[in-house]
Amino acid sequence: MTVKSVIEAVREAITEEMRRDTKVFVIGEDVGVRGGVFLATQGLMEEFGSERIIDAPLAEASIMGIALGAAFRGMRPIPEVQFSDFVWPSVNQLIGEAARTCYGTNGAVQVPMVIRMPYGGGIRGGLFHSQNVETHFFHTPGLKVVAPSTPYDAKGLLKSAIRDNNPVVFLEHKKTYRLVRGEVPEEDYTLPIGKADVKRKGANITLVSYGLTLHYCLEAAETMAAEGVDVEVVDLRTLTPLDTDTVLNSVKKTGKLAIVHEDNITGGVGAEIAAIVADRAFEYLDGPIVRVCGPDVPTMPFAQTLEDAYMPTADKISDGLRKLAAY
Amino acid sequence: MELDRHGLLSLYKTMTTIRHFEERGIPETGQRGMSASVHSSAGQEAVPTGMCANLSDDDYIGSTHRGHGHCIAKGVDPKLMMAELFGRATGPNKGKGGSMHISDMSKGMLGTNGVVGASIPLAVGAALTAKVKKNGKVAVAFFGDGASSQGVLHESMNLASIWKLPVIFLCENNGYAMSTPSEYGVSTTHVSDRAQGYDMPGINVDGMDVFAVYDASAQAVARARAGEGPTLIEAQTYRYYGHTVFDNPLTYRSQEEEDHWRARDPLKQFRDVVIPQGDITAEELDRLDAEAEALMEEAVKFADESPLPAPVELYDDVYVDYPVDMMKRGVNMSV
Repeated sequence: MTVKSVIEAVREAITEEMRRDTKVFVIGEDVGVRGGVFLATQGLMEEFGSERIIDAPLAEASIMGIALGAAFRGMRPIPEVQFSDFVWPSVNQLIGEAARTCYGTNGAVQVPMVIRMPYGGGIRGGLFHSQNVETHFFHTPGLKVVAPSTPYDAKGLLKSAIRDNNPVVFLEHKKTYRLVRGEVPEEDYTLPIGKADVKRKGANITLVSYGLTLHYCLEAAETMAAEGVDVEVVDLRTLTPLDTDTVLNSVKKTGKLAIVHEDNITGGVGAEIAAIVADRAFEYLDGPIVRVCGPDVPTMPFAQTLEDAYMPTADKISDGLRKLAAY
Repeated sequence: MELDRHGLLSLYKTMTTIRHFEERGIPETGQRGMSASVHSSAGQEAVPTGMCANLSDDDYIGSTHRGHGHCIAKGVDPKLMMAELFGRATGPNKGKGGSMHISDMSKGMLGTNGVVGASIPLAVGAALTAKVKKNGKVAVAFFGDGASSQGVLHESMNLASIWKLPVIFLCENNGYAMSTPSEYGVSTTHVSDRAQGYDMPGINVDGMDVFAVYDASAQAVARARAGEGPTLIEAQTYRYYGHTVFDNPLTYRSQEEEDHWRARDPLKQFRDVVIPQGDITAEELDRLDAEAEALMEEAVKFADESPLPAPVELYDDVYVDYPVDMMKRGVNMSV
């Protein structure tokens, strides 16, 4: 196996699926000649031509709607939202249309499209280049939502997403793109959408996260190990469908649950997991459910001190785990 | 409208201040590891300068991600802007905003904006307010050739036209929406051709010539103030650098093309026109350049010496009033 970055894994997944299936195409801003802002599609226009790697003018609503219309007619589009912050003009097409198509047509029309979005903060990007958007799509039935944290998961899940017959919002944390590297097999493989992965086994506390903060959780777990607390780290990988079994089984074993995400705390993925665990594993809990999440401010502020205050870190997670370990 | 000596010097002063802000400020932010998302408007100085010379502090502008020039031309203090770029508490947005969220309501500056096209309807809304209040103010929506493909521009132009609002749509066509050439992304020969579809005048001007921009703007502002409705102006211009500091423009445009546009530099053109007329000397303009350079030295120093916002300011101004403790609920925060 070769060690690759997340962005390389994403590029490989798109390339391999485009070779495999001529119905797959990419549409987005600066995806062709430039190869994307983060170079996810670098070199693809040379291989697949401008009808399959389509440079679109700045028109998010239409890009999403046109991809949706092509999916209606059997194509497998991959619209790229350059930064997840730019998705809002296309939310009507995504939440208002794509999510409802299968339901509204009683399954007669399928929407096999993957909406790729670089998301998240910690990059000094400020108000318009750092947003976490996942909760909006997590809240929307009809959309699958995938948020990998490693190159291996990114490639296997993106390939599955492209082969999936539902609209899949595929969230790539932009800080992981070049920071996180890992082994990726040369051969074709897919990973199931809807399956969490236990990234670290442990006996005392279940720590659930996804995306960038998963890595901070692993760091915090090491810190806690040195303090004699054995933390199990569950990487959700997919937010919808949520793998409640893996979370519940872990909580039944450890008796304690902490959830970490960068998106705002209120009504977030963590709130839903807390509710599910309170409902279905209440008698196993030995302590409160702890959340270390983004605070309820509208977006990522620009100043270094404010962004640092916003972002979950390994230290903040460790503090939360210590509180929980004391029970 | 004839420009007097003071008016001419003022145009040059604005342009050289913008140029020096971009040439000094942007590398400085890079050296401080601040952000990749800073967009230089060097090369495009004549457009905001020519337009804003026709406006007062009471008029409004909506700006873009490439908005430092708009801010300076509208009178925002470059020292405070530099502090904002550095994420300092003394910036107009207290460091929360950065380069793409500079606003100053005392100057009618509604904000630079990181989402392409998003500021256009805000300017139209300011124009609607001016019409309702009958106060004679006008609004200018600055946007790029990229934003000309956004639906929100077309909706805004239609509404401004049917309501005869005092707004000017000013397209700074610098040839590229990030990497996408405007010849590819725009269906008409000129963005200004689109004015026909909304029954308003469409004017195409040389955006490297501050006098051409000034004249077209004067006409459009007069029309707006007279209650005759909106105008679309397209200024053909060029950005000297990549989309951001991390973008290498030579991956999608040629050195020859860059050289061609740099030879038409707006500050140089100004000198070539004005100095031979004899009223203003090269030395006077050199002095304005030196003053701008000194101002940027001062601005960088001011920004560097300014405090960073306190971490607890993270929670400030989420609402006009709201119990802040509610927002800290459940969060394991160090502040």
